[in-house]
This record gives sequence, C-alpha cells and structure tokens, in this order.
Amino acid sequence: MHPAPSLILFTVLSGAGFGLLVWLGLGLRAPTGLAAFVLFGLGYGLAGAGLLASVFHLGHPERALLAFTQWRTSWLSREAVLASATLLVMAPNAAASSFAATPLPIFGWLGASLALATILATAMIYTQIRAVPRWHHWSTPPVFLLAALAGGALLANRTGIATALLVALGLAMFAHWVMGDRQFARAGSSTGSATGLGALGRTRLLEPPHSGQNYLLREMVHVVGRKHAFKLRLFALGLGAVLPALILLLPASYFTIATALLMHLTGLLAQRWLFFAEAEHVLGLYYGKR
Amino acid sequence: MQNQPALDLSPQVSDEVRKTTCYMCACRCGINVHMKGDKVAYIEGNRDHPVNRGVLCAKGSAGIMQHLSPARLRAPLKRVGPRGSGEFVEITWDEALAIATDWLQPLRESAPEKLAFFTGRDQSQSFTGWWAQAFGTPNWAAHGGFCSVNMAAAGIYTMGGSFWEFGQPDWDRTKLFLIFGVAEDHDSNPIKMGLGKLKARGARVIGINPIRSGYNAIADDWVGITPGTDGLFILSLVHELLKAGKIDLDYLIRYTNAPYLVDAATGLFLRDDAGKPLVRDRRTGEAVAWDAPGIAADLAHGVERDGATHLPVFRHLADRYLAPEYAPEAVAGTCGVTPAQIRSIAAEIARVAFEEEITLDQPWTDFRGVKHDKMIGRPVAMHAMRGISAHSNGFQTCRALHLLQILIGAVETPGGFRFKPPYPKPPEAHPRPHASHAPGQPLDGPHLGYPLGPEHLLIHDEGTPKRIDKAFSWEAPLSAHGLMHMVISNAHARDPYKIDTLFLYMANMAWNSSMNTSAVMDMLTGQNEDGSYRIPRIIYSDAYSSEMVAFADLVLPDTTYLERHDCISLLDRPICEAEALADSIRWPVVSPDRDVRPFQSVLLDLGARLGLPGMVTEDGAPKFSDYADYITHHERRPGIGPLAGWRGANGNCAGRGAPNPDQIARYVENGGFWIDHIPEEAQFYKPWNAAYQNWAVERGLYDSPQPYVFNLYLEPMRKFQRAAEGHGDRQPPDHLRARLRETMDPLPRWYPPFSEPQAEGFPLHALTQRPMAHYHSWGSQNAWLRQIHGHTPLYVSGAIWQQHGFEEGDWAILTSPHGRITLPVVRMDALNPHTVWTWNAVAKRRGAWALDPKAPEATQSALLNHLIHELLPEKGDGLRWANSDPVTGQAAWYDLRVKIEKAPAGQSVSYPDHSAQLSPVPAPPRDLAHQTKP
Amino acid sequence: MTTLPQSTRAKLGLVIDLDTCVGCHACVISCKGWNTENYGAPLSDLDAYGAEPEGTFLNRVHSFEVTRDSAAPMVVHFPKSCLHCDNAPCVTVCPTGASYKRSEDGIVLVNESACIGCGLCAWACPYGAREMDSAEKVMKKCTLCVDRIYNENLPEEDREPACVRTCPAGARHFGDLGDPESAVSKLVAERGGMDLMPEQGTKPVNKYLPPRPRDTLATPDLASLCDPAPEAASGFLGWLDRTLERL
Ligand SMILES: Nc1nc2c(c(=O)[nH]1)N[C@H]1C(S)=C(S)[C@@H](COP(=O)(O)OP(=O)(O)OC[C@H]3O[C@@H](n4cnc5c(=O)[nH]c(N)nc54)[C@H](O)[C@@H]3O)O[C@H]1N2
Ligand SMILES: Nc1nc2c(c(=O)[nH]1)N[C@H]1C(S)=C(S)[C@@H](COP(=O)(O)OP(=O)(O)OC[C@H]3O[C@@H](n4cnc5c(=O)[nH]c(N)nc54)[C@H](O)[C@@H]3O)O[C@H]1N2
Ligand code: SF4
Ligand code: SF4
Ligand code: SF4
Ligand code: SF4
Ligand code: SF4
Ligand SMILES: [Mo]
Repeated sequence: MHPAPSLILFTVLSGAGFGLLVWLGLGLRAPTGLAAFVLFGLGYGLAGAGLLASVFHLGHPERALLAFTQWRTSWLSREAVLASATLLVMAPNAAASSFAATPLPIFGWLGASLALATILATAMIYTQIRAVPRWHHWSTPPVFLLAALAGGALLANRTGIATALLVALGLAMFAHWVMGDRQFARAGSSTGSATGLGALGRTRLLEPPHSGQNYLLREMVHVVGRKHAFKLRLFALGLGAVLPALILLLPASYFTIATALLMHLTGLLAQRWLFFAEAEHVLGLYYGKR
Repeated sequence: MQNQPALDLSPQVSDEVRKTTCYMCACRCGINVHMKGDKVAYIEGNRDHPVNRGVLCAKGSAGIMQHLSPARLRAPLKRVGPRGSGEFVEITWDEALAIATDWLQPLRESAPEKLAFFTGRDQSQSFTGWWAQAFGTPNWAAHGGFCSVNMAAAGIYTMGGSFWEFGQPDWDRTKLFLIFGVAEDHDSNPIKMGLGKLKARGARVIGINPIRSGYNAIADDWVGITPGTDGLFILSLVHELLKAGKIDLDYLIRYTNAPYLVDAATGLFLRDDAGKPLVRDRRTGEAVAWDAPGIAADLAHGVERDGATHLPVFRHLADRYLAPEYAPEAVAGTCGVTPAQIRSIAAEIARVAFEEEITLDQPWTDFRGVKHDKMIGRPVAMHAMRGISAHSNGFQTCRALHLLQILIGAVETPGGFRFKPPYPKPPEAHPRPHASHAPGQPLDGPHLGYPLGPEHLLIHDEGTPKRIDKAFSWEAPLSAHGLMHMVISNAHARDPYKIDTLFLYMANMAWNSSMNTSAVMDMLTGQNEDGSYRIPRIIYSDAYSSEMVAFADLVLPDTTYLERHDCISLLDRPICEAEALADSIRWPVVSPDRDVRPFQSVLLDLGARLGLPGMVTEDGAPKFSDYADYITHHERRPGIGPLAGWRGANGNCAGRGAPNPDQIARYVENGGFWIDHIPEEAQFYKPWNAAYQNWAVERGLYDSPQPYVFNLYLEPMRKFQRAAEGHGDRQPPDHLRARLRETMDPLPRWYPPFSEPQAEGFPLHALTQRPMAHYHSWGSQNAWLRQIHGHTPLYVSGAIWQQHGFEEGDWAILTSPHGRITLPVVRMDALNPHTVWTWNAVAKRRGAWALDPKAPEATQSALLNHLIHELLPEKGDGLRWANSDPVTGQAAWYDLRVKIEKAPAGQSVSYPDHSAQLSPVPAPPRDLAHQTKP
Repeated sequence: MTTLPQSTRAKLGLVIDLDTCVGCHACVISCKGWNTENYGAPLSDLDAYGAEPEGTFLNRVHSFEVTRDSAAPMVVHFPKSCLHCDNAPCVTVCPTGASYKRSEDGIVLVNESACIGCGLCAWACPYGAREMDSAEKVMKKCTLCVDRIYNENLPEEDREPACVRTCPAGARHFGDLGDPESAVSKLVAERGGMDLMPEQGTKPVNKYLPPRPRDTLATPDLASLCDPAPEAASGFLGWLDRTLERL
C-alpha cells in the first residue's frame, strides 16, 4: 500500500493520544490542576490532531458526519464513533481534574475503555482487510494497542509500565513481521488464482491494461526492496522499542523520558511506514507486482 | 437493514440519435451518435448495420474524443518557418485556394505530370482518382502500395477477389479456420464477430503467426512461424494434400484453369483460333476449347503436338509440389515449425474438407447451363493479411495461399471463403493502367489497373517509367495500387523525372507511413544550392496536427468524420457482405466550430477553379456545389454513380438508375447505409453461377455476365517471365532479368525474403503489430486510447531475453543495417524465438498531435520505421534493390532484420530524438471531466 | 447501507469468456463513454494530453502469459471489472453507507452523494475493481450499467451493459446468475465457469469461462483418410487417372 504521510502521522499521533487518555482515565496517574490540564490537553490534542488529519485525508470532508452511521459493519465508522465518544465521555473527568482538581473516576474508566476500543478499532480497520494478508492477522491489533499504550505510558511518565510495554511491543512487531512475511503465501492468492489460469501453467502478466499509472497502482501497489525493508525494520525495532526500553532503565529524569519518547515515536513512524509500504495487496497480482 | 437510495433507472440517454458511419478506422461500421442538443454525447454501434451489427471497437467508442481532439486543425495554414519546423500562419480559405490554384494552373497547362497527388487511407479513391485523371497527371495513387497490394493483387489475379473488402470466410458454416499473419486487419469488427461465432460453435481456429497475441491468442492451435516463410509452409501443406489425394478434382476441372494445356515451348496456354485456351477431352483425347459443351476435361494427360507433350496446368502443379523439397521434413527447419505440425494441420484440413463436407439443398445453374441440385461445401476457411503480404515474397505467398484454398474446393462454396460483391471480378474485368498525358488534357484512362503482359507496362520506349513512383515498370510490373512509399524519395532524387508539387491527402508520410523516417524528413527539407527546396511545393490535407503537417507549405484542414459527407462507394472500397450488396455514407451530424472544410468539397472547388473537365459547366461555373452534390449527381457510366441505393428519379432503382436528388436523405433515413440482398440461389459459386451473374448485371456491377475460371497458373506472369528470357519487343533492363525470371513464376513459389542475403550479423526478425485500440498515428491524440497504448515496449522472445540477460526495466538497442533505436524491453514467451516486435505507429515526434513534448509517445517509444529503408543494402552487385515485392512493389515492412543488445544502465529516452515541431494548434486542456450538457 | 442483504432476488452479473476475448479493449472504452455521460460524475482524465495521463476506468483488460511444460505458451486477455460479490467486503467496510449491494438484483453500487472518498472500499476489494476519481474525489466502480439494464428510454434489446453490447467477439454475457435456468448459468455450467480468488471468500457473482484446451491438434494418420491411397501401386498419376474416371 502507498505509505501516505497523513495516514502514518494519523495512526502514530492519535494512537499515542488515545494511549495517554487510557492511562489518564484509568487514573494510574491522576494529575490535577495544571498538570492535568497539560496532560489531558496533550491527549486530546494528539487524538484530535490525528482525527483531523484523517478527515482532511478524505475526498469529501464536508460529508464526514456520514461516517458515524455505519457502526454496525464498518470499523472505520466504529472508530469515528468510538473516538468521538472517548473524547466526549472523558471530558467531564478532564475538566474536573484540571479545574476542580477532582478526577471523576467513573468517566475516567469509561473513557479509558472507549479509548482502548478506539485504538482497537483503528487496528481493526487494517486487520479486517483480507485483501492485504499481512494485515489480516491476529498480530496486527497487538502492535497497534501496544504501541499506543506504550506511547501513552511514556507521555504519562509511567516508566515502569512503559518499559514492559515497550518490550512487549518489540516482540509484537517482531512477530508481526515474521509471521506477516508468510501471510501472503498462506492466504493462497497467486496470479494463478487471481486469473483462474493457474491450473494451465505458470501465469505471468504480459501487458498491463494501460501503459500509464492508475489510482490502484499508486494507492495499492507499492514495492519495497528487501534490503531496504530489513534496514528499516531494524531501525523501527531499535528506536521504537529496544532503545527506549533500555533508556528507561537509566535513572529516570525528564531528559531520559523525553529521549525515550522521541525515539519511540520516530521508530513508530518507521514501523508505520513499513506497515503500509510492505502491505502487499492481492490486487497487485493483476499487475504483475507480486 | 435495507435503506437503499432511490435510483433513476431510466435516465434520458440523449435528445436524438443520428446514424452515420464510423471513421476511426477503415472498417466503416455503422454508428449511433447520441446527441445532447447539438453536441455529441455518446457513440455506440448501429445494430442494423451490415458491417458491425451493433458492436463497436475501442476506437469507434472513443470517436467522441477524436472529434474533440485538441489536435484538430483550425484554419488553412501557410508555412512561414523552414519546412519541418511547424511554423505557420493561419490564412483564409480564399487565400489558400488562390495559392493552390496559382501553383497548379501552370502545371496543368504545361506539364501535368509535375503534380504528384497521392492519398492515404481516405475512402474516396474513385473520386480523387477521377480528379487526378481530369487534371491530367499520371502521378496519382492511394496507399495500397505500402499497405497490402500483394494480398489484393494476388487475390484478383488468382481468383478475382481477395480477403477483406473483396471477400470473407463463411463464418456461419466454417468448421476449421486458418488465420495467417493477422493482428487486426481492416475488417476489424467483422473478424472479431466471426471468431466469436466460431468460438460459440467450438470450431477450430489455427493461428499462423510469429506472435501469439490478439486473434492468435484465442486460436486453438498456434504455429509460431519464422517470418517470411509462410509460402514454404503453405506449399508443404499443398504437398501433403496432393500426396494424399485430398484435393477436389471435380472443382478443379469445373472452376479453375487446372486442365488448361500449357504449351511446352512457350509456357503459354495452347489456344484455338478464337483465342480460347484448350483442354484435353478425356473421351476423345483431343484438345478442345475449355468451355466446349459436354467434354470431360483431363487433368492427368497432355496432348502431343509438334513433337512435344503439352501438359495440363495440374500436371505442372503436381510435379512441382510433390517434389521432396516441399516435404514437411525439408521445410520445417526454415519455417521454424515441426514436420509433425505441418502434417497434422494438413490432415486436419483434409479431414474437415472432405469428411465434414456440408451440403445445402439449394439448386443452382452454372454458366455452362448445367443445373446442380445442391451446393457442396468444404468448411475450411482462411484469412490472411500483412503478415504474409508485407514481405518481398508476399505476392507469391498470397498466391500460394489461394492455391491451397482452391485445391480443396473451399472458395465460393459453403463453409469456405466467399466473395463480397462487386467481387468476384477477374483481372480481365479490371481496367489496364494508364499514364499518357498532355498539357491541358485529361489522362487517357484510369491510373491503376491490372496489366496482363509487358504490353501494359507504363514505360517509355527506352524502358524508363512513366510514373514518378515507377509503378507498372519492370521494377514492379503488377503494382496495381501504385507505390506511394517511393514517391518522396523518387521526387527528391528526381528519378525518373523532376516534379513540382507534391499533393498529399491523409497520409503521415513524414512519419509512420515512410520507410526510413529520418531520411524522409531530410528529403522533404532537402534544398538545392540556391536554397530552394528540392521538392519545390508541398500541399497537404490533414484534419489534425500530425508530423506531416509540419512539412507542408500549404495545409488544407479537413473536418472530422462527424462533420462531413463521405460516400463509401461500390466504385471504390465497398462495405458489402457475402450475402448482400451494400454501401453507405457519412453525413455532418455536427457542424464544425472551426474554419475547416471537407477536403472532397475543397478538391471540387479547386477543380472548378482549374476548369477541370467534369467539374465545371459549359459556361465554366462550378458544376457541383459540394461533395454531397457530387455524390448525388455524378455519373461514372450512365445510371451508375457513387451510391447504388435509391437511384432513379423516384428512388426505386437499385444499382442502376438516374440520379435521385433525395438520395442522401434516403440514406440518412435508413441509418446511413443501403443494402440489397443477393438471391438465395446466387449466394455461392458466384463466378460461375448464372443467377449471380445476371443479378450483378442488373445491379450494374458488370455490363455483361463475366464468368471465368480461377488462375492456378497465371499466364500474365509467364509473359513477363518470357520477356525476361528475351522474348518479345518489350525487354527488361539486364539487371532485372534474373530476378524477373525467378519471381514472375506463373505457379506459386517460395523464395527467401530479399533481406536474407544481407542478414548476416542481424540474426533477428523485427515486426510491428497494430494495436486493436489505436489506428496508426491517430490514436495518440485520443485522451482515452492513449492511456491504453502510450508507449512502444519491445517484446522479445524468452530465448533472446535469456541470451542477453535482460531484466525488467532494461532497455535494448536495436540495430538494423540502416539505423538504431532504443526501447524498453518486455519478455514474451509466446513468440517465435528469433523475433522481436513492438506496436506500430504509437511513437510520436515531439510537438506533434498537441501532446506534451515529454509525452511517453515521444520519450519511451520509437518507430521501427527508422530501421527500415526503402532500398536494401548494397549486396555486391553495385545496385541498391528496392525493399519491396518484385511483382507488385509492396513495401516489405516485415523483412526487417536486426540485432539487439542491452542498453547501458540509465538509458531511459528512446532515440532517435528528433527536434520538436512547433504546434499550429493551441495547448490542450490539462484535465478532462467531460459530461455533455446540451 | 453497508449491511449486506441476506439474499438478493436476482444475481445479475457478467460471464466473461477467456476462450474468446481477443483483448481489443472495446468494452473498456464503451464503459468509459457510457459512464462518463451517465451515473454520477464523469470519469475524469488527468494530464490527458501530457506526460503522465491517468484516468478513471471501471473496466480494464489485462494480458497474461501462461507457459506450459509440454505445450506452446499461451496468451490470455483478461478483462476485469467489479464482480458484484455476494459477500462484498467493499460494502461492509464503508463508513458512510455510500457503498451498498442492491437487494433486488445484487448490484454493488456507490451512492456518490454519500461517499466521503476515504478509499477504504478500494482497499477492501481484492480485485482492484474500484477506482477513486481524482477530479470528483468519489469512489467509482462498475454499476453493471444499472442505468441501462432497466432503462425504459432504451429499446428493449439495448437494455444490457454497454460493455456487453459492444463486445465484438461476443466474449461478454450478462444475465441472472442466481437463476440456474438462465442462459448465463447454463453457460457457466457447460464451460466450467470459475470464480476469481475464491480463497478471498468474496463469492463473486461474475464468472470467467476458462480458455478451451490449446494446441491439442495431434498428428493423425493422413493415409487412413485416403481412399485409395495415391502412393499405392501406380503412384500419383495412377491415382489421378482412377479418380478422374470416377468423376
Ligand atoms: N513499421 C511499420 N510501418 C508501417 C506499417 C507497418 O506495419 N509497420 N504499415 C504501413 C501501412 S499498411 C499503412 S496503411 C501506413 C499508414 O500510415 P498513414 O497512412 O500515414 O496513416 P496515419 O498515421 O493514420 O496517417 C494518416 C493521416 O491522416 C490524417 N487524418 C485522419 N483523419 C483525417 C481526416 O478525416 N481527414 C484528413 N484529411 N486527414 C485525416 C491523420 O491525422 C494522419 O496524419 O503505415 C505504414 N507504415
Ligand atoms: N486497430 C487498427 N486496425 C487497423 C489498423 C490500425 O492501425 N489499427 N490499420 C489498418 C491497416 S492500414 C492495415 S494495412 C491493416 C493491417 O492488418 P494486419 O495485417 O492484421 O496488421 P499488422 O499489424 O500489420 O499485422 C501483421 C501480423 O502479421 C504477423 N506477421 C509478421 N510477419 C509474418 C510472417 O512472416 N508470417 C506470418 N504468418 N505472420 C507474420 C505479425 O505478427 C502481425 O500479427 O489493419 C487495418 N486495421
Ligand atoms: S472497426 Fe472500430 S474504428 Fe473501425 S470503423 Fe468499426 S468501430 Fe470504427
Ligand atoms: S470487448 Fe470483448 S473481446 Fe474485446 S477486450 Fe472486451 S471482452 Fe475482450
Ligand atoms: S469485486 Fe470488489 S468492488 Fe466489486 S463487489 Fe467484489 S469486492 Fe466489491
Ligand atoms: S470511498 Fe466512499 S464508498 Fe468507499 S468506503 Fe469510503 S465512503 Fe464508502
Ligand atoms: S457493466 Fe457497465 S459499468 Fe460495468 S464494466 Fe460493463 S460497461 Fe462498465
Ligand atoms: Mo495499411
């Protein structure tokens, strides 16, 4: 798939934002006053910025409200509903914490569950796409969830939990790659099955339907070199999980936390770039691109 | 939960449907043009039309984008920059016509041959030829010489008609279909419809083609033949059939010259005093006139006369093709096929022809008066096109194919190949060529025709050609369509003489229809020492900003096909079906929004200004107001005009009848065409069927019945051969004697393509194919079609791919003895191992066709034409032989030999890269999202 | 509504005959022409005369090569448009309800006025059958010519998809694949019609007829077809004489 910067940024930022809201809501760290204002502000800001980025990614943002209607079947619709619900439900808690210094745990817990569900919904948007076998796998949601929670924990300055989550995230990323590499083959789609000609012999694209580009190729057929991908994976794993976890083992300070957070987010951008760029859509089979 | 939006399931499609004829190619399908207000909204096929029955190809459906093309010329143009630069000013029609008249009038009055008027794939050749005849120049022809004259001439000489416009397979009954060397052909939709019918019935299709794409992709069996060797392959099939006795002797005796006795001394037919060829009567052993009633003509034995045995044609034929040199084992290697393949195809032909014989319970009477109670069919049909004809052995190869069809009795019989009226028409029924001219006088007769011997050549007493293209000279004796591809180089070389004005219509001669394009561009711009051009004047009519436009001094902009009257005439290139006579028109379904005029009307105007006979009234006024007026009122012979339908004052005559002022309106009412079905008993055996012959006379196709027999042995060829052997008073130049002896063989034969001896170091064959979704150079200006084929990758066989270590994304350098091009490579396994190919005519000169100079058509495409020369490389005899068929002069496009190498890394622009031409039309819009609003 | 109907009254769709398709692209262009003028926004073309032209098409023809161990390689031209899947993932992912499958005939459509252009349905389609129009920024897909097949402004015989009407080779068939008695269902049964990527679980309605066996012509014994065999006894001339006697 085309690694669209807006999508990468959206998933990383809103993930971290909702992750932070999870921790804030759960009250594992229940700041009050200015601290609450800043932290909730950060959570809302990141989540909101991500959502906005995704709205402007739409062809018709003016019709965005329609996206709330299909929650029965559509994970994207669910995400919209859940994200909004999170932000709404969390609001009393955030306001009370910031301005009245009295957290409202009921709203907090409810908000935290909704935030968690939002992250899951985001992950499910990708996981449900059977046409991208690498995504269509149980290992996709853990990557999204762990990334969001780890990022949130870092933002919330919960170093202990963050360390554990980062380690788990590293493992999840690793698993997602290793198993993901086998997913396309396991899904069983080939040029032969795509054309129904497989039984006749070895099937290969001779001529694409048009000599130029098209939307499908630009959007869905992206090919990354193996070597390039390997380097990026190391980078994503190192910066996204391993290094920040190691840094957190150092004596805690704002500096170490900030460094770990920056590294983590940078690593995660790389991971998300790969998440899209490495995602082989089966339609590539019709273009000789698999 | 269902909550579907309400849809308007019956939207208004259009305000009005106007029915006319497509001209996105020469197939001439009927179209329904849906109009919204006065704008064209949508084009679909006309279901009632005999050619396409409602279907439409990609080009046809994209006609709307052609009609709206930004490359459309907008007004007459006068050149102001150097030739080739594309620098023009727009002028008025008055000025343009005055310039043309000023240039042409003096020529007509002093030396009409100094005007060379050549036309491309327009469909008004009977009209333009008539104009040129009236002007008096011998130098007129259309594009057939570079197109497929081998096919046409071989067909007409052998059996009085050929494929496409002349005939078609009996699609409804054929059980085995062989298709040789066809990528698309003119009969574009009908072939696809026919193949569809065969497929629906599960009939077998065999494709003989070095490339397995398109029609060959759906062929049940594929013969990936080595280019240029079909003649040998076909004659090997003939060998097998003869050996097995799987030929239709009865048919050969009745309908061919197989029994004619060949004079052992001269190789001409033995004739009686009345000039009738003689055959041996098996009952008496006597030689009698071939059509003497009640005889049993012999095929096996000859007659003794003057101490020699004079054998029938069939014996000569059998002796030749039964020889071991035609055995499958002997030819397989050369043809790139296996002996088993040849055998099994021969056996399948024999099996289907004779074991799956079909009979129609349809009585008929032959020209001898013999009544037959049924029609017997051999359901094997064949079709072929430029794959076999665009070679220097093409004429003989086409003859070989017809021989094969005739031997099994599969011509004009049910399930086989059928003529379309006005064919069959033997060479004798066609005119002879004419070239006698005098100042201020019309030519002595029609330009083109079918010579029957050296006496009909258009040469001066000293042997020099009378025509600028050297048609009908010893270099190309049977060049029935002229040699358009030689005009520019001959005019530049002033050989055989100097001309003044080159007048071209609808042919992109500065680009894709020329061999050696770069050199032709140089010739068009070539100058004398005083700086004047070697070809002094060039007038050109095009509708679009093509490459050729840039080389003209005066450009006469034509309309698009939806904006003018045209007539697809029986006098010209008809649209008939085997079952019916038909012709059609185009009419202006929209009026032009630019200062352009239909070329035919312009030509009539010019003719009137020049005072050409037939174009002015007695008092010198223009006789026709425009082309529509001409179509309606012109009479070629009394009662015979451009259109055959609704003739006679009341419009109730078919074929013959007085002009009808309402004729065009009647065509428009009827969907743009006219059709007249052949009676059932006249549907088959047309050359010999009395009912057909009489019907054809009634319709004005002939003036009297013209029954004839097929020429297995072609006596006129023998006459040329004899001349080469030193007989007769018209003698070829010595350097041509050996070649004429070899190639003017009266029986089909195969010889290696002329490029063969120079092929050392150039081991590969290079071909082009027409893309089904493009028509020559026109397709690239079409926003929809150019997305399908926007560049020309070079397809190379798996063998070549591996040998050169090609990888995806590589480019190759392709070199011939004449030039080099580079192209991106693509691997194709379903390809003859020694062959590479690319799409024809997609490559563009930068700046042409209103395209961006960086368009892939210019940067990732190249014409193979840069590698092809109109002359072959010198082969040690000090002469440069034409790269053409020696019989008809057809350009031998597919004889091209090349070598290939991997281009250095980083190669990503095709060359040769010519300078850009300036565009005489405004820049196009960037994006399109066009929905027609009335 | 993005909930798929439990079942549809008919399953209208196309049957595409890979044995017959010559790859002419006629269906591609007639589709472009019809759908530019009809159903929703025109199908746009960006940089139409430029270096990188790129337009929206609802139907495209690919060409594949099949190499075989013991027979000549084949080329198969392969037209592809929306398959109107029974289990259409493109529909259920749509957040707005713009994508839906009609309960009366199973046609999968996009309601352009509700489409936010998120592109998710195109991701969900395994076949590459949906294209986002770059000018209008809404999702485009084959409509099965829903505005032709019931159109009372068209003559009865023209109430079929534009691509089917135009296909010169007759390689495209239209009908109700839910009705086992329909001509298309029978064709599918006869010719072994197949699903594309069945492993994707989309249950496509459109079916493809596989190419018939190719290059099977075997060397028969030409001699056995001969009566009498010319080679026998008196050679060709003898055979010729005998045969002529019998004419
Ligand atoms: N390498 C290679 N070269 C080949 C061939 C090949 O197979 N391989 N094939 C050869 C053959 S068979 C042919 S026929 C030639 C064809 O070659 P050309 O006859 O040169 O064909 P086009 O490129 O179509 O050029 C025709 C010109 O007519 C113009 N035109 C189109 N419509 C109209 C109209 O309505 N009015 C007027 N006045 N002009 C119009 C077009 O703009 C174009 O400039 O190419 C030959 N060249
Ligand atoms: N769509 C479309 N239709 C057209 C045209 C067009 O430009 N576009 N042009 C029209 C014109 S002007 C013409 S002349 C006709 C030409 O119609 P075709 O003759 O069908 O066209 P070509 O593209 O020349 O195809 C020649 C075929 O012969 C094969 N071939 C080459 N050499 C050999 C050989 O030695 N033996 C055999 N067996 N095969 C060989 C090539 O692989 C190719 O498939 O098409 C007409 N129709
Ligand atoms: S074959 Fe195509 S382009 Fe040619 S006349 Fe017919 S519809 Fe038009
Ligand atoms: S129109 Fe018919 S033959 Fe042509 S590409 Fe489409 S399906 Fe194939
Ligand atoms: S082919 Fe694709 S777009 Fe069409 S219904 Fe199936 S999944 Fe949806
Ligand atoms: S692009 Fe339109 S139709 Fe597709 S999922 Fe998004 S809103 Fe639905
Ligand atoms: S059914 Fe209509 S919309 Fe679908 S591919 Fe055919 S022409 Fe296009
Ligand atoms: Mo041609």
